[in-house]
Amino acid sequence: MPAKHSFKTLALSSALLGLGGFTSAMASEGYSDGVVRIGVLTDMSGIYTDLSGEAAVEAVRMAVEDFGGEVDGVPIEVLHGDHRNRADTGASRAREWYNNDGVDMINDLSNSGVALAVAAVADELQRHAIVNSSSNIGLTNDYCSPFVTHYTYDAYSLAQGTGQSIVEDGGDTWFFLTVDFAFGIGLEEQVSQVVRNAGGQVVGAARHPLDTTDFSSYALQAQASGAEIIGIASTGADAINAINALAEFGVTPDQRPAALLLWYDDIVSLGLETAQGLMLTNAFYWDANDQTREFSQRFYERTGRMPNMAHAGNYSSTMHYLRAVEAAGTDDATAVSEKMRELEINDFFASGGYIRPNGRMVHDQYLWEVKSPEESEYDYDFLRLLATIPGEDAFQPLEESTCHLLNGN
Amino acid sequence: MDIFGIPIQALLGQLMLGIVNGSFYAVLSLGLAIIFGVLKIVNFAHGAFFMLGAFTAFLLAQYMGLDYWVTLLVAPLLVAAFGMVFEFLFLRRLYGLDPIYGLLLTFSLVLVLEGGFRVAFGSSGQPFATPEQLRGTINLGFMILPLYRGFVIASALLVCLATWFVIERTSLGASLRAATERSELTQAFGINVPRLITLTYGVGVGLAAFAGVLAAPIFHVNPSMGSSLVIIIFAVVVIGGLGSIMGAIVTGLGLGVVEGFTRVFYSEFSSTIVFLVMVLVLLLRPAGLFGREEG
Repeated sequence: MPAKHSFKTLALSSALLGLGGFTSAMASEGYSDGVVRIGVLTDMSGIYTDLSGEAAVEAVRMAVEDFGGEVDGVPIEVLHGDHRNRADTGASRAREWYNNDGVDMINDLSNSGVALAVAAVADELQRHAIVNSSSNIGLTNDYCSPFVTHYTYDAYSLAQGTGQSIVEDGGDTWFFLTVDFAFGIGLEEQVSQVVRNAGGQVVGAARHPLDTTDFSSYALQAQASGAEIIGIASTGADAINAINALAEFGVTPDQRPAALLLWYDDIVSLGLETAQGLMLTNAFYWDANDQTREFSQRFYERTGRMPNMAHAGNYSSTMHYLRAVEAAGTDDATAVSEKMRELEINDFFASGGYIRPNGRMVHDQYLWEVKSPEESEYDYDFLRLLATIPGEDAFQPLEESTCHLLNGN
Repeated sequence: MDIFGIPIQALLGQLMLGIVNGSFYAVLSLGLAIIFGVLKIVNFAHGAFFMLGAFTAFLLAQYMGLDYWVTLLVAPLLVAAFGMVFEFLFLRRLYGLDPIYGLLLTFSLVLVLEGGFRVAFGSSGQPFATPEQLRGTINLGFMILPLYRGFVIASALLVCLATWFVIERTSLGASLRAATERSELTQAFGINVPRLITLTYGVGVGLAAFAGVLAAPIFHVNPSMGSSLVIIIFAVVVIGGLGSIMGAIVTGLGLGVVEGFTRVFYSEFSSTIVFLVMVLVLLLRPAGLFGREEG
């Protein structure tokens, strides 16, 4: 007992004697190795470079600068790396960053295969991973983790947005052109479910390898299927090539292509002439309001391009992470995870956004239509808003999630 | 009428598309075969020259307002000139060395070219319009064929046959073949062999660029458009028999068709089938279908 007493006295007196010094020492003590490190793991050289790549790194840097470059006097550092669209490369880079380089959080994570692999490493090593550029909903289901946040969009929100709207519009027989890996297959499953639930029918699918240039034979199969809607479950160059091939083979007007994940950059690439009339579900468009325009203008000045939803998500999620670190007063992953799920997200990207226990960031999604060349009035004036999908409808209901962190699972 | 549950019309359609793709394979592998035959260099940069052809056409159209038909002629010539400079400055120094050096050099050129274009133009590519005269489709009864694809088949076959004719049936081709087999003796006859070699490399590269311009309206112009093709092209050349001109043309077309059919029956396998054929051919005929056994 005396020992306990003397410890108490000691603690009390030292607290009273040096309150100021003590707390500031605590502040930097709460931070592992005195630096908050953020790694941007992205596709720097492959098929998804335009969707995230160098510009994603820039978005994270912008967030860090806007935050002031430090948290509680602790400097913030940004690293970046190329996963080369390979899950093994991504996972080993993540492991190296977390273990050897003191990285606290990895952001972006384009390519669902890579994202799933890195999420597993993050969960194992108890460090943060925030997924902005890929869609596989396994991240908030079987592979969920308290340290993994799925931020911008997912296959479910795409299916709810584009899929649901097209079915409601009368397009109820579907054929899929699907890229043959986790992302495409996950997206096809989600949209098929939406189509079937709405009483529609999926008549078939053709699976193609990643980075396919020639879609003519798939276009022919799609044509032969007789389906009203050709769902394109791929993105980037694959989706662009598929849309071009469908247009070339005269699949329209009896059949309509539906790009299930079209990025702002894909429209730039396709040109309005080919892309006009396509519907897309995106969480962000640069020209939506004054706030988005302000951010996009600054982004444009730094990168020479307008941001897409992943870039905006990278910025917003980095800000949110840093706010959580600040509020927790430490970069300890568990404490930050709790704060991230506690704090609300209100910025140009999301209003009233919040992170569910399974890691899903819930915020509104938007259904857009690509303008025709005549409707486009100024540079980058590409999209018209068709509908706002409230976050609660856009994302998978929590009770359907198979995440082990939820009660009852 | 159905074959294995697939309507015959669909099969005919795929046959046609296979021929379109095969035309690209044929033109590309022809260039590769010529270069290998004469220079004994494994030109890994072939896909990059294909891409360069497409980009040159895109830039000529975009910034100089040139017509598609002009670019179809000018772009391959420009790229061929670039290839000849490359041969003259770099490649020439590697003749007679282990083939691995040529492979490394040409591979590094791929990385430089693709990387450079990716930095300048991004990875998702640039739109390239189909020429006005070739828009629209023709109904073949069993399928709707875009006019432009028909044009691809015709022009690719024409170029392949013309190249074959020059090499096999003219005196220039005879000198070339002589230079391949007995280079010193040919030089003794007063033929400038080094120049002939530079020219050959130019022709091979020009063929790749020509295929690139043909592909631009179909495949969308992007920096990696060649790298996904080049591996298949190598397989085509190996299957046809290294250095065999006719082998490259026939095998190119044939494999395009085989690949097309695979897409109908088991699409996931379509990117692998070419290599399966390669394994089988190498097991049964190690010198390739049209190659001659050395010795």
